[in-house]
Amino acid sequence: MGDICNFRRLLPMPRLVAAALLTLLPAGAHAQEAGGVDEMINNAISPVSDVIAGTIFYSVPLGDTAFPLIVGWLVIAATIFTLYFGFIQFRYFGHAVSLVKGDYANPDDAGEVSHFQALATALSGTVGLGNIAGVAVAVSIGGAGATFWMILAGLLGMASKFTECTLGVKFRNEYGDGTVSGGPMYYLEKGFALKNMPGLGKVLGIFFAICCIGGAVGGGNMFQANQSFKQFVTVTGGEASFFADKGWLFGIVMAIVVGVVIIGGIKSIARVTEKVVPFMAVIYVGAALIIILMNYDMIGWAFGQIFTGAFTGEGVAGGVIGALIQGFKRAAFSNEAGIGSASIAHSAVRTKEPITEGFVSLLEPFIDTVVICTMTALVIIITGRLSSDLTGVALTSSAFESAIWWFPYLLAVAVILFAFSTMISWSYYGLKAWTYLVGEDKTMELIFKIVFCLFVILGSSMTLGPVIDFSDSMIFAMAIPNIIGLYVLMPFVKAELEQYTAKLASGEIRKFKHS
Amino acid sequence: MSNVFIVGYDGTEDGRRALDFALERAKSQNAEVHIVYVLEWSPYSFLTPEELEKRHARRKEEVELASTQIMSPLLKELEGSGIKVEGVIRYGKIPEVICDVAKKAGAMQIIVGRNGGSDIAARVFGSVPGTLIQIAPVPITVVP
Repeated sequence: MGDICNFRRLLPMPRLVAAALLTLLPAGAHAQEAGGVDEMINNAISPVSDVIAGTIFYSVPLGDTAFPLIVGWLVIAATIFTLYFGFIQFRYFGHAVSLVKGDYANPDDAGEVSHFQALATALSGTVGLGNIAGVAVAVSIGGAGATFWMILAGLLGMASKFTECTLGVKFRNEYGDGTVSGGPMYYLEKGFALKNMPGLGKVLGIFFAICCIGGAVGGGNMFQANQSFKQFVTVTGGEASFFADKGWLFGIVMAIVVGVVIIGGIKSIARVTEKVVPFMAVIYVGAALIIILMNYDMIGWAFGQIFTGAFTGEGVAGGVIGALIQGFKRAAFSNEAGIGSASIAHSAVRTKEPITEGFVSLLEPFIDTVVICTMTALVIIITGRLSSDLTGVALTSSAFESAIWWFPYLLAVAVILFAFSTMISWSYYGLKAWTYLVGEDKTMELIFKIVFCLFVILGSSMTLGPVIDFSDSMIFAMAIPNIIGLYVLMPFVKAELEQYTAKLASGEIRKFKHS
Repeated sequence: MSNVFIVGYDGTEDGRRALDFALERAKSQNAEVHIVYVLEWSPYSFLTPEELEKRHARRKEEVELASTQIMSPLLKELEGSGIKVEGVIRYGKIPEVICDVAKKAGAMQIIVGRNGGSDIAARVFGSVPGTLIQIAPVPITVVP
């Protein structure tokens, strides 16, 4: 997901929608001339944004660096869930893999969403720019040692995902026509009602839904469009590129493709992407492995750097604490554990045991952070590019390029596809939050989808830095109501876990033999 | 091994020929015929979040459609034939499902049609009869 740098301005959503529409109407194809409009929007919103984004990303000084409390909120929660469920992510890792492989799938349920499908869809929402560009930012600031803390936070985050995805399935809404709606807003409302706190649950649910809509159009949309356009310009010639000043054109094309999928319901495009994205991820990890193996004599040294860096913080601003903050931040921002988004996608799986979705989902932070992010970090360290002045996607790109010259082109394709699949996933998360607020209504759904597409154009054609930063902050605001909910509702998950493990032990739940 | 013939049926002419072939033999051998209609499905395909949400509803629709459009009219037509006929609608990969049904029923034989020509796709990816010949647990007849 997005990377967070500065959070200075806030944009109240209805005003942004209005502003977006106003901008598009007169400016049309001349959106590029909208430099003044950018400024106008930014100036109009900055007073409010300073307050809210400043609150969400309130940082306390820790050593020489500032520690955003929201990162602590996520990591502490992950640690508590890890302890509360007795290191569930390690004890049930093998079981989770079995579930994904379909060992426990009843053949009579074929045709329903499988665990594998839910995992793949949720992953396509989280694997993205954060894994490529974000990691580079983390190691360039936090040094090699940041990798260690990133892996640790990724491992802990698995317990948060487990908790939220189990609750997502347990408290989802099922409708007469067989469709389902689930996610934090539903478990906050229904779960808290069971705990005799219906009012608080409703308030938290609404708060979550509002943040989710903001996160969807921001970090899940504008940030993605903006960054993929930047990488696109880089590989087509940088400043000299024909596209350098045509962000609006890139945005319109991207918006049309997104619109065709989410409004037109043309599944084939989405399906192609959904097929290509995992493939890209495999190529990415494969290329990283090749580079690492080509430099096999450096592997020991690289891990040495990671460990010593983690505990000495040598050469890093802020020392150990600086490395730790960067690593924790990267993990939390990349795998979205504790944010609640994946719970929306996972809740669609039909299963008699909600806990099985929890087990499956705990693989996400593992794949996203412990595997993919670590690969990026290792390549950057091993190729020695860490000592260069580069950062972000340029650093990753140059590290891979040093071993495989044509890799930046592949990376550009990967970045655009990752961005696209993230947009599709977040359009859905945003839609679910929207319909939670306004009711399940076709017209309202269409309005959201159209607005979502308009934001694609906005995101890629404007330099709305503050707006993008703010909307990214909305994603992390989702963690506030969500984790409060997880603390209150975690006994439900424990009860589910106990009854499930009893069934496993008694043999009531067992593997189906596959011929 | 019970006296059961398994017929892979897809609603086409070829499928019908296979079914007629099976019915003829079943009559003379006093056997049962189980007609299997398979809806192609892989648990490893990729779905968008929206498809994920609607999957259960779509599945109900698909089964309903296969039942009312294909299986029910067929079973009705065969009612008076004096042969015990059973219809099965399942999701999965066609050859695998047919084999699975055959195993569970303890069938004597599997009978399927052949999709005429030898197009490129079948050569590259293999055809249903081709795969069945390799994995079937019981003898198999391919009706031209």
